[in-house]
Amino acid sequence: MDEASVARRGLSPRLWLAGGWLLLALLAAIFAPLIAPQDPLAQDLMLERLPPFWLDGAEPGYWLGTDSLGRDLLSRLIFGGRIAFIVAFAAATSACLLGSALGLIAGYFGGWADRIISRIVDVWMAFPPVLFAILLVAVLGTGLSSVILAIAIIDWTRFCRVIRAEAMSQARMDYVESARIAGYGRIGIMLREVLPNVLPSVVALLSLEMGIAVIVEAILSFVNLSISTDDPTWGSIIAEGRLSIHQAWWVLVFPLITLILTVLSFSQFGEALKARFDPVLR
Amino acid sequence: MSACLEIRGLSAVLPNGQRVLRSVSLAVQPGEVRALVGESGAGKTMIGKAVLGVLPKSVRIVEGEMLIEGEDLGRLDAKARRTLIGARTALIPQDPLTALNPSRRIGPQMTDRLVRILGWSTERADKRIRQLLDEVQIRDPERVLKSYPHELSGGMRQRVLIAAAFAAEPRLIVADEPTTALDVTVQKQILRLIAQLQRDHGTAILFVTHDLGVVAKISQKVSVLYAGKVVEEAETEALFAAPQHPYTRALMAATPRYTDPYASLKPVDESVLAGLAVEIAAADQAWRPGHG
Ligand SMILES: Nc1ncnc2c1ncn2[C@@H]1O[C@H](COP(=O)(O)OP(=O)(O)O)[C@@H](O)[C@H]1O
Ligand SMILES: [Mg+2]
Repeated sequence: MDEASVARRGLSPRLWLAGGWLLLALLAAIFAPLIAPQDPLAQDLMLERLPPFWLDGAEPGYWLGTDSLGRDLLSRLIFGGRIAFIVAFAAATSACLLGSALGLIAGYFGGWADRIISRIVDVWMAFPPVLFAILLVAVLGTGLSSVILAIAIIDWTRFCRVIRAEAMSQARMDYVESARIAGYGRIGIMLREVLPNVLPSVVALLSLEMGIAVIVEAILSFVNLSISTDDPTWGSIIAEGRLSIHQAWWVLVFPLITLILTVLSFSQFGEALKARFDPVLR
Repeated sequence: MSACLEIRGLSAVLPNGQRVLRSVSLAVQPGEVRALVGESGAGKTMIGKAVLGVLPKSVRIVEGEMLIEGEDLGRLDAKARRTLIGARTALIPQDPLTALNPSRRIGPQMTDRLVRILGWSTERADKRIRQLLDEVQIRDPERVLKSYPHELSGGMRQRVLIAAAFAAEPRLIVADEPTTALDVTVQKQILRLIAQLQRDHGTAILFVTHDLGVVAKISQKVSVLYAGKVVEEAETEALFAAPQHPYTRALMAATPRYTDPYASLKPVDESVLAGLAVEIAAADQAWRPGHG
């Protein structure tokens, strides 16, 4: 690649804005105990419903205000990020590995392998996803690992469908035929020739799925089906904030903004990465 | 000495029973270029794919034999057939863009086959590839080896593919309309290159084309294909001097200056095609696999 395209790619604002936010949120989550100004669980009825710092009545050290139990909102958001990121990485990676592997096999080999896998995907997608998630968590029990498992079990089809279609169109390309003629085995062609060409889509989907996992976890916490401990999660903060919207709007608005920014950043980051890794697009 | 490629009475059908190849016989002797000429849809690509063992799943061979240097492909198991085809043949494809893997650099893509399939050392493969790039007159091999396919022009990509095809010294190359997807000015250079490398390496080529001008330029022998049937075969000079079959004559009449490969084509005379259609329908009626 030439100098100009390096410069062009280096300046992609989408990549840097989205990546910057994600990095900031991730670092904050990892170093939460060092960064958070307050103990996220400490209640103090003397400090209930403090407004954010720029409004009258704000207290120093409680930048985004407090909730109805007097807990510091910023600290709760920072600690809530821990669960959000754990779920995002673990669930999206599992869904990605399972779905992409099956999609690659179905798309490249076709025939009966494709018929079986595609049929399973069709049946799977017939369930409404949120209902499916609630059902699964009800069966698996609440807790971090069952939330992760539920998201992976539901969302692998998203990867499978897209990667199957891409692998299928790659498999029809002449370079695959040339590799056959040269004497490469089928599995070798799938992994060495086809996989690199679907990888940009895998990366984009993976990032998108992380955002989706964050939302699903929030929805599950919102309906009280996620992590059963007292640890704050974005979904549970939103659920509490909804109850006190008229007295303290900030308890609802800040976690919503955090959630939306994170989800959008994941999807934009994925798209930008795809554009960057795709040898033809770049 | 056995032929480099020999096809005997090859017939293939589609799932609906329609024949796409009709008892095709042809041979390519060592070191010779045989053109396979016919209009689009005649089944030229199908014959190439049959030889190279990459027919679409929907196409089924119902009779006939194919021999590469005397070895009957039909008598080998799948693995031995792949090994034989991989070692003795190569393809120069029609579309140089999709024939290269878009996500891999040219260098590794070219050496990979020599190293992984044929077991060469990396140094030997690398040296060989550079030598071939020189033979196809690529002046800046360093840049080309580091490029991705889409960073090269169509002509450059086809040069790379020609170099790759000759790299492992195959005995037989199937060239499927290797100049059709290229600009007119580049077509001539590529054709000259193929002819040059063919002479230098003594490789036999089955050269598929729809263009009689190209046939005249590159081949010593020619088979004329119509609707999956070889209607005439001859030495190239003899064919142009005295075409025997009405279809061949009609095809020549449709290419006013066959020595100019870039002259526009006129449609082939319809009365000749109608006669052929009757002939082929009658043959299909009488045909039973194994008795055709
Ligand atoms: N994948 C396929 N499945 C079924 N029929 C095909 C397929 N590809 C080509 N055909 C048919 O086979 C015939 C020969 O095609 P082809 O060998 O590509 O012709 P040519 O290379 O001479 O233009 C055509 O009638 C075409 O419609
Ligand atoms: Mg063709």
